[in-house]
Amino acid sequence: MQYMLLIYDNEKQSNSMTPGDSKKLMEEYYAFTEDVKKSGHLVAGDALQRTETATTVRVRDGKRLTTDGPFAETKEQLAGYYLVEAKDLDEAIAIAARIPSVRKGSIEVRPIQKFD
Amino acid sequence: MVREAVDRLYREEWGRILATLIRLVGDFDVAEEAAQEAFTLAVEEWAARGVPHNPRAWIVQTARHKAIDRLRRRARFADKAAQLAAEADDASHDDAGEGAVDGGVRDERLRLIFTCCHPALAVEAQVALTLRTLCGLTTEEIARAFLVPATTMAQRLVRAKGKIRAAAIPYRVPAQADWPDRLDAVMAVVYLVFNEGYAAAQGDSLVRRELCAEAIRLQRIIRALLPSPLVEVDGLLALMLLTDARRDARADAGGDLVLLAEQDRSKWDGAAIAEGLELVRTALGRGLPGPYALQAAIAALHAEATRAEETDWPQIVALYGALWSQHRSPVIALNRAVAVAMVSGPEVGLQLVDVLGEVLDGYHLFHATRADLLRQLDRRAEAGEAYRSALARAENEAERRFISRRLAEVGSPAGSAPRSSDRRPPE
Repeated sequence: MQYMLLIYDNEKQSNSMTPGDSKKLMEEYYAFTEDVKKSGHLVAGDALQRTETATTVRVRDGKRLTTDGPFAETKEQLAGYYLVEAKDLDEAIAIAARIPSVRKGSIEVRPIQKFD
Repeated sequence: MVREAVDRLYREEWGRILATLIRLVGDFDVAEEAAQEAFTLAVEEWAARGVPHNPRAWIVQTARHKAIDRLRRRARFADKAAQLAAEADDASHDDAGEGAVDGGVRDERLRLIFTCCHPALAVEAQVALTLRTLCGLTTEEIARAFLVPATTMAQRLVRAKGKIRAAAIPYRVPAQADWPDRLDAVMAVVYLVFNEGYAAAQGDSLVRRELCAEAIRLQRIIRALLPSPLVEVDGLLALMLLTDARRDARADAGGDLVLLAEQDRSKWDGAAIAEGLELVRTALGRGLPGPYALQAAIAALHAEATRAEETDWPQIVALYGALWSQHRSPVIALNRAVAVAMVSGPEVGLQLVDVLGEVLDGYHLFHATRADLLRQLDRRAEAGEAYRSALARAENEAERRFISRRLAEVGSPAGSAPRSSDRRPPE
């Protein structure tokens, strides 16, 4: 089974981190990614640039509407993701609980839809 | 005769049968429908051929074949059906067979309990799923007990089973390391079922009574399935037994609420109390008590007093203190204040209660407790005021009648006009 682990974080908080803390977090992410790569769980994973770089697009009545910013204003913003292979939800949750941002933000665990 | 045998089997073995079937077929819905079919078939078959030597094994075997048929009809499960059919032919070591090892079968129910109470499911879904799959209550019965329309309850169950399937919530007993957390979730569900049944007076009283019995039955199963005894598991069973033991004394012939102090203690269930007391004793001797064991210990002190005046209130105050140090809930503080009032008088109790006014203003029992202490202090006008506040917030009919009676006792002080803020009509 594949699960998408969506990383939500408070952007303002992460922006105000000291360079030292920032570096430490990066190292933790690096170690975690290496870990899930080695264990064979990792399918893909990326960090996203900040929401101020986001653009939202809609097409209504054939007309394209483009707006600045993310789809919704929320306390926590989508900051990155991991796509992992896990045998069941418990394993996926266990992996999610090791993502460094889990201590400040939250991780949404979503099973991937398969169409047969 | 046959009908009775089938009904009894359903009552006693439904959870166990379903647990086995879910493992065998790997799908909650298919297992449930197949089990239902097998029970229906049993009524006819057994009437014609007699009740089989091992009725449970008969149901499991029959349901398993029904499940394979069902899966065959669904193309995408073809592989699974073929695999099942192969296994069914080689059923000599089957759990459901005549020589089934009890331990193996027991584990299956534990698996079902942990899956139904998986924290990835909403709590109300956990409760519904547990009652449906482990206790065999129908969707309509569960809906009636929780005062929601049957369609709502049906949707809740469908959604929960859908999530188990779609998100691959595993059908297995969690690793030992995860037990403390996961068992907490399981016990929270059991206690919720019990309290829903005990809160009484609203809804179908028969179904509600059954909920208490089911909660106790579930907790007994969990306790029996654990590899080693746990203080809180014993504690919760004791707490429910000791509370439920007072059921018959809790309401008078007219269905009105009778307070603990005024209950006819000869109506208490002696056997349940004896069992509960023994459990509390062994639990407390085993290790540090958590919230269930502490509440059970409090219930035990009430149970041990043959007359209300003999209650060991200082000990109860100490236990509420311990409970408060683990869980700083204002409701616990309120209960402690009541116990303190019994030891040190209503004046001291009232001081402790008044502090909680801000957080507990919406809670009818806060106002009722305050009213009661004011009444004891003969501050009748204030007591009446507080009873009215309690009445405005109470929803349970029996409790409302009780508060109204108390309100009448303190009497409306002369010259006090009804307040415009009293929205409820006088009773």
